[in-house]
Amino acid sequence: MTESTDTRALRTQGAKKPARDGGIRESAVSRTVAMAVMAVATLYFLTPLWWLLVASTKTRSDFTTTNPLWFADFALFDNIAALVNYRDGVFLQWLANSALYAGVGALLATLFAAMAGYALAKYTFRGRETLFNVILGGVLVPATALALPLFLLFSQAGATNTIWAVLLPSLVSPFGVYLSRIYAAASVPDEIIEAARIDGAGEVRTFFTVATRLMAPALVTIFLFQFVAIWNNFFLPLIMLRDENLFPVTLGLYVWNTQVSQIPDIRALVVIGSLLSIIPLIVTFLALQRFWQSGLANGGLK
Amino acid sequence: MARDTAVKASNAVSHTKALAVFLIPFGSLFVLFYVVPILYAIYQSLLTVEREGTFGPAVQVFGGLTQYIAVFQNEPFWASIGRVLLFGVVQVPVMLGVALLLALLLDSPLVRGTKFFRLAFFAPYAVPSVIAAIMWGFLYSPNLSPFSAVTSTVDFLSAETVLWSIANVVTWVYVGYNMLIIYSALLSIPQEIYEAARLDGAGQFRIAFSIKIPLVVPALVLTGIFSIIGTLQLLAEPQVFQSFSNAVTSTFTPNLTIYSTASVPNMSLAAAMSVVLALATFVLSFTVLKLTQRRTAS
Repeated sequence: MTESTDTRALRTQGAKKPARDGGIRESAVSRTVAMAVMAVATLYFLTPLWWLLVASTKTRSDFTTTNPLWFADFALFDNIAALVNYRDGVFLQWLANSALYAGVGALLATLFAAMAGYALAKYTFRGRETLFNVILGGVLVPATALALPLFLLFSQAGATNTIWAVLLPSLVSPFGVYLSRIYAAASVPDEIIEAARIDGAGEVRTFFTVATRLMAPALVTIFLFQFVAIWNNFFLPLIMLRDENLFPVTLGLYVWNTQVSQIPDIRALVVIGSLLSIIPLIVTFLALQRFWQSGLANGGLK
Repeated sequence: MARDTAVKASNAVSHTKALAVFLIPFGSLFVLFYVVPILYAIYQSLLTVEREGTFGPAVQVFGGLTQYIAVFQNEPFWASIGRVLLFGVVQVPVMLGVALLLALLLDSPLVRGTKFFRLAFFAPYAVPSVIAAIMWGFLYSPNLSPFSAVTSTVDFLSAETVLWSIANVVTWVYVGYNMLIIYSALLSIPQEIYEAARLDGAGQFRIAFSIKIPLVVPALVLTGIFSIIGTLQLLAEPQVFQSFSNAVTSTFTPNLTIYSTASVPNMSLAAAMSVVLALATFVLSFTVLKLTQRRTAS
């Protein structure tokens, strides 16, 4: 290890963990064992993703005949072209649907959860704690447990197999309310709300102009986790949707994967489609990591 | 939340209108898409289908607890509950143990490059369960896998092993997420606590076992409860694995049983199963919460 990496590590650690490196020198053996564990874990977590990336670049014949963990003839763009042209670009439609369900759903869910959490943190009213406890109970009701009841309800209203059947239920995030309440209580000082009142700003305006800024890390966290939850949701679309033009990308790829034994050529599309469907999520997580990591640290567990 | 009280004074001027604006959107959606469906499922579970004669039209009539008796006599349903409980007893401790170990290592001075490792371990969380299952399906396959030396001798998709192959997929996706929650809890421990231990000459192992682990128990309880809920709700991974392995039946997990019952269609029985499963989930996670609270209190 060179001197420069050593000092850099010291500096980054020093910011958060003073005194730690100044303490006992850990033995070289523990260091080596620790790094070995980290290396094995890295291999475990990244190898499947590496395999997917490599497999996506291969021609159909290379896929079965060459080393699965290393590149052969580079056919990534041919594969993408085949994917987006297959059946008039139904895959692009699925990606767009997922973006719509997850994007709009998470945005509105975050807004509604933030307003409710803020109200529960900053106003006292009768029944506040009861209301909060009911919402907390909602955190313990998993989304999949609601899928069938929601289906029964939507079919009663004749609204299954529509965008609304998937979109509307994903606007509710009880966990978001919980996180917003904790975060608003800790990070929006009453003095600021008072000052806004004295300036004559209305309560709702104060929330949108002042409170949302102070709650930003929590809001990004809620948005991100709701986005992932909707993007990954499988049972609700599976049970609600028949029309493949309404499918989110997970459901579409699932259906293709069930057809591999009848249509072997579709296997290559499942592989490249899988890669394309996770890239948006990985990019979003990387771009927003500063926010969600602090959001997790502050709100996750108090 | 001591600060809450400070606003009380000005709350004498009631903010009913603002409160309505804040609470009604979430409140009405919560009622419509959480409370009403649950109530409707309970109502549906109390119905039963009757026909006049063999070929008469089907009529739904109130059947009391008929469906619940049918649920309790439904062996595949209980077999599927037993299967996911077995899965959970093994997979949840393994997953949380690995997550705890990695979080402790990230928090220790033994490891360099924590930022890289954090992101690398968390990356699988961005992979939807369906995609993760499809990917691992390829990795388990005897001829396509990069590890075909292993997969051609050990059958990862046989009746005996497929449950644990699915457990590996779930572990792969969620270790990093749970690790980050535990790691966040570790970061919030004040540094001064370590000073005394260090003066006493305690090494990293000692500090981890005597200080860090006891202080992250709340984080472990939280991740444990969410994992238990997730285990009972298993659906996407086994549903995908049906394409890879005949051993994954249509009643492999409770949710698959509910799904196949609903596709019959036998909505009332499926609704009753949903209610039983939701109650079981609730009771189990509540019990874990209470048990761990009592243990940490004493």
